[in-house]
Amino acid sequence: MLHIGHVSKAFARGGPVLADVDLTVESGESVAIVGASGCGKSTLLRIIAGLEAPSGGTVTVAGETIQAPHPAVGMIFQEPRLLPWLTVAENIAFGIAALPASERTARVHEALDLIGLVEHASKWPRELSGGQSQRVAIARALVARPSVILLDEPFSALDAITRADLQRHMRALSQRMGLTLVIVTHDLEEALILGDRVAIMQPNPGRIAKIVSVQDDGNTDAVRRELASSFIHLNGARNAAILEGAHIQYAHTS
Amino acid sequence: MSDAVGHSPALIAGQRAAPRVSLRGIVVPLLLPLALALIWEGAVTGGFAEGRLMPAPSTILATLGELARSGELEVHVLATTSRVAVGFLLGSIAGVLVGAITGHFALSRRVLDPTLQALRAIPSIAWVPLFILWLGIFEASKIALIAVGVFFPVYLGVMGAIASVDRKLVEVGRIFRLNSLQLVSRILLPAVLPATVVSLRGGLGLGWMFVVAAEFMGAAEGLGYLLIDGQQTGRPDLIIAAIVVFALLGKASDALLATVARPFLRWQDSYQTN
Ligand SMILES: Nc1ncnc2c1ncn2[C@@H]1O[C@H](COP(=O)(O)OP(=O)(O)OP(=O)(O)O)[C@@H](O)[C@H]1O
Ligand SMILES: [Mg+2]
Repeated sequence: MLHIGHVSKAFARGGPVLADVDLTVESGESVAIVGASGCGKSTLLRIIAGLEAPSGGTVTVAGETIQAPHPAVGMIFQEPRLLPWLTVAENIAFGIAALPASERTARVHEALDLIGLVEHASKWPRELSGGQSQRVAIARALVARPSVILLDEPFSALDAITRADLQRHMRALSQRMGLTLVIVTHDLEEALILGDRVAIMQPNPGRIAKIVSVQDDGNTDAVRRELASSFIHLNGARNAAILEGAHIQYAHTS
Repeated sequence: MSDAVGHSPALIAGQRAAPRVSLRGIVVPLLLPLALALIWEGAVTGGFAEGRLMPAPSTILATLGELARSGELEVHVLATTSRVAVGFLLGSIAGVLVGAITGHFALSRRVLDPTLQALRAIPSIAWVPLFILWLGIFEASKIALIAVGVFFPVYLGVMGAIASVDRKLVEVGRIFRLNSLQLVSRILLPAVLPATVVSLRGGLGLGWMFVVAAEFMGAAEGLGYLLIDGQQTGRPDLIIAAIVVFALLGKASDALLATVARPFLRWQDSYQTN
């Protein structure tokens, strides 16, 4: 479904940021990408989104090569990026302006219901909390009915409770809608909650060094230990927001 | 903008009403000037101050009334206001256009901006002799002066606003595949509107300032002419009457501009729109 083939990237100034990244994400699958800060996770996601051109290699979605943002690909950023001059409902409708008004209204209502913000429809973004704003950003991406959603550390600015809530919510939504997810995070716990597989990146230049599968019964100690130890091995302990239990056990067994 | 989701009642329901003009909002600001006027009136009638150079408020009111009755006031107000209006219109249109172009295209900014900044450093009044030589002593040179005065603050404000539009919001537009026209109308324009309104209000203020200079350079009518006339005939009441009318017109035109813009700026924090 989503195929990343031999993607490399070097910016005009500075050395290579990504080298030979390969990854295939099946339809309806969810892959979490983790890695140390600065290893190129956001750059990779922006290339998939068509916001940035790769220096080499290709990204295809449903067989189409990505050269610019694609209608089947939605993106949710670390910040909500709501347009401050539009109300919540208008923000959600931002990407579907071309649809007939009745269809638009129906989709916005459905999305408001889904994210639990019906009574906030006519508020301005400045009147929302951080968590509410990010919900609106999620709704704005979903109403366009993409098949792939890219998320770049979408919950990292939120408090722990709101974050856990939105992680579960996102997981449920994407399963219900059969979405293909690529989520960048520096939080291994989040990677376990949202990912069917977790791709661990290594820096200088950024590449995918290891992929860990999270079984359906998921979250077994073995998976947690493997993920934590691989991450620490590849990126150094300093860089991980580490899984508590797994880290302690890893530290003891090594 | 508002038709983005149609007009389903549920979505529009919670919208707050437009701010109403309260009685207190009108009375409180008038307290200080009224008190000062009363004190001065008392000082003159009580013989503590001489009303010859600084006439009492009642004298000024009488002068204003007399000007209004004779129809003279209307002629002067109309002349000055139309000069400001035309000059402001020309100057602000040019300012918005040039500001938008230089703000958007880095190359044009590098080419144009240094020259415009140098021109801006010239006191606008210094243009007067040249404008008179080029455009004659009548309306054209006056309007040119006002337009030049209005142009610079508008140009600077719009250029700065366009250049500093949040790249992250532009990216949202790209993700939803807006074309460049939609990018301008749905992201850039609304984003720069607040700063544009601020700079237009600043430009309008300068327009009122420069109209006086323009009318000093020889006019048969206008409030600036009234100022000169008052000086030459030794009538401070006439001068102060003209100043009062200037103040009222300036305040009224600014309030008009702010009122026209308010519906588009409701999304901002209220302390910014007031
Ligand atoms: N537009 C750009 N121009 C030049 N270099 C860039 C640009 N964007 C990113 N980089 C560089 O590319 C590298 C990877 O950046 P990127 O933002 O992809 O990292 P990241 O893995 O998302 O980090 P973090 O976890 O901190 O968000 C960094 O060294 C950064 O300095
Ligand atoms: Mg990043």
